[in-house]
Amino acid sequence: MSILGLPLGLTPDQFLFILRGAGWTLVLSLFGFVGGTSLGLPLALARAARKGGLGSWLLRQGAGAYVALVQGIPLPVIMFVVYFGVSIGGFEVPALVAAGIAMTLWSAAYLGEIWRGCIQAVPRTQWEAAECLALTPAQRFVHVILPQAMRVAVPPTVGFLVQIVKNTSYSVVIGFFDLTYSAKVINNATYKPFQVFTIAALIYFLICYPMSVASRRFEARMRRA
Amino acid sequence: MRAETDGMTIADPRPATPAAPPERETMVCFEDVRKAFGTVEVLRGITVDVHRGDVTVLVGRSGSGKSTALRCINGLEAINGGRLTVCGRRLHEPGTDLRDLRQDVGIVFQSYNLFPHLTVAQNVMLAPRKVKRLGLSEARELAREVLHKVGLADKAEAYPEQLSGGQQQRVAIARSLAMQPRLILFDEVTSALDPELTGEVLRVIEGLAKAGMTMVLVTHEMGFARSVADQLVFMHKGTVWEKGSRDILRDPATPELRQFVGNGL
Repeated sequence: MSILGLPLGLTPDQFLFILRGAGWTLVLSLFGFVGGTSLGLPLALARAARKGGLGSWLLRQGAGAYVALVQGIPLPVIMFVVYFGVSIGGFEVPALVAAGIAMTLWSAAYLGEIWRGCIQAVPRTQWEAAECLALTPAQRFVHVILPQAMRVAVPPTVGFLVQIVKNTSYSVVIGFFDLTYSAKVINNATYKPFQVFTIAALIYFLICYPMSVASRRFEARMRRA
Repeated sequence: MRAETDGMTIADPRPATPAAPPERETMVCFEDVRKAFGTVEVLRGITVDVHRGDVTVLVGRSGSGKSTALRCINGLEAINGGRLTVCGRRLHEPGTDLRDLRQDVGIVFQSYNLFPHLTVAQNVMLAPRKVKRLGLSEARELAREVLHKVGLADKAEAYPEQLSGGQQQRVAIARSLAMQPRLILFDEVTSALDPELTGEVLRVIEGLAKAGMTMVLVTHEMGFARSVADQLVFMHKGTVWEKGSRDILRDPATPELRQFVGNGL
């Protein structure tokens, strides 16, 4: 492993330090994806809710407002707001928790929109056919709509995972120890910014590239299907 | 249900009108039914009865309201006025259980609307399993039975996209039959098919008619209407312009129907 760092003039320890940061980047990415999924799916459902009735109007408007709000704020600012907002409330939270909450809030807004589009890409006539077979609304969604929406959803979802991984680097603003942060620390110690950040860039690339390839493969497979 | 007792393989192009007992249950009763989409009045007070065991065919120009009338029967469209009773349920009164209604009333669409991610057998079994809570082996048996009825027993494991339009439409009919409805609605089910495929679908419907299934059809196939209809309803401008036996096509009372039939030939 250290062979990779040595030609660039880093000691094995320094290289391992950066790798540890990369590990936390993966942890935060996982938080972002799991949190984003558990908040994004209900958002997508609310946004795709059928017209009719005050309840569904409130759902759609509420979810729509949330998406508009979050998509209008840069992620590092969300990080700050969450980090300092939570501490104003009198709670001292680790940067990982604050960054995890911020990633969740942020990725949910985008995943929700992606999935809303996928749900709405299933023709209305499929809902109608399911309805005419006396299926309940939940059965219509689970057995008829969701499987079709999921097929469409895989490529853009995997594509968005790449965005999540890259954007965890903004957590550096609240002092979370991730890949970017650890690279910064090593740079401060070695004054070799080009070498250090090239290594960080390579590691980001090695994490993201396989996902991009997978996303393109899924998309190609979808086109064939 | 009764349809199962009769095979459908015998294709008699001109089945005789079944001997009608004097008092038959009224399955669908439209009384001065009105329906508007916004300011556009699509149904302007229609009155029609559908009797058990009868094939009722709605014909008319595009925009005459026949498809809307059909969609009112299973509650896909809510009516704005008048009274509509279907299988004993009063759809003009609020609080009708539409899911309950739809277990009695099947519908087949022009565009088939099969579920593309499920095999033919899974398409047919979905509602019986989820709604009627049939076990897997029971549902399989049922699927075999209804697919045999539409002549597609060998396609159970195929996906819809692997089938021709005519085959897909027959699967859609089988899917509807699997719920053992008391009444089936057909909404221009052959309009998307070429003449050859139209024939195979019409033969299936004809078989159901002979087996005594109550059906309401919207169709542009005038030859088929003439051969299969027990009651013929000519709709024009959102009203029932003329109705009677299939003979009204041969001997129309109104110039509008005469012109419509003339254009159809």
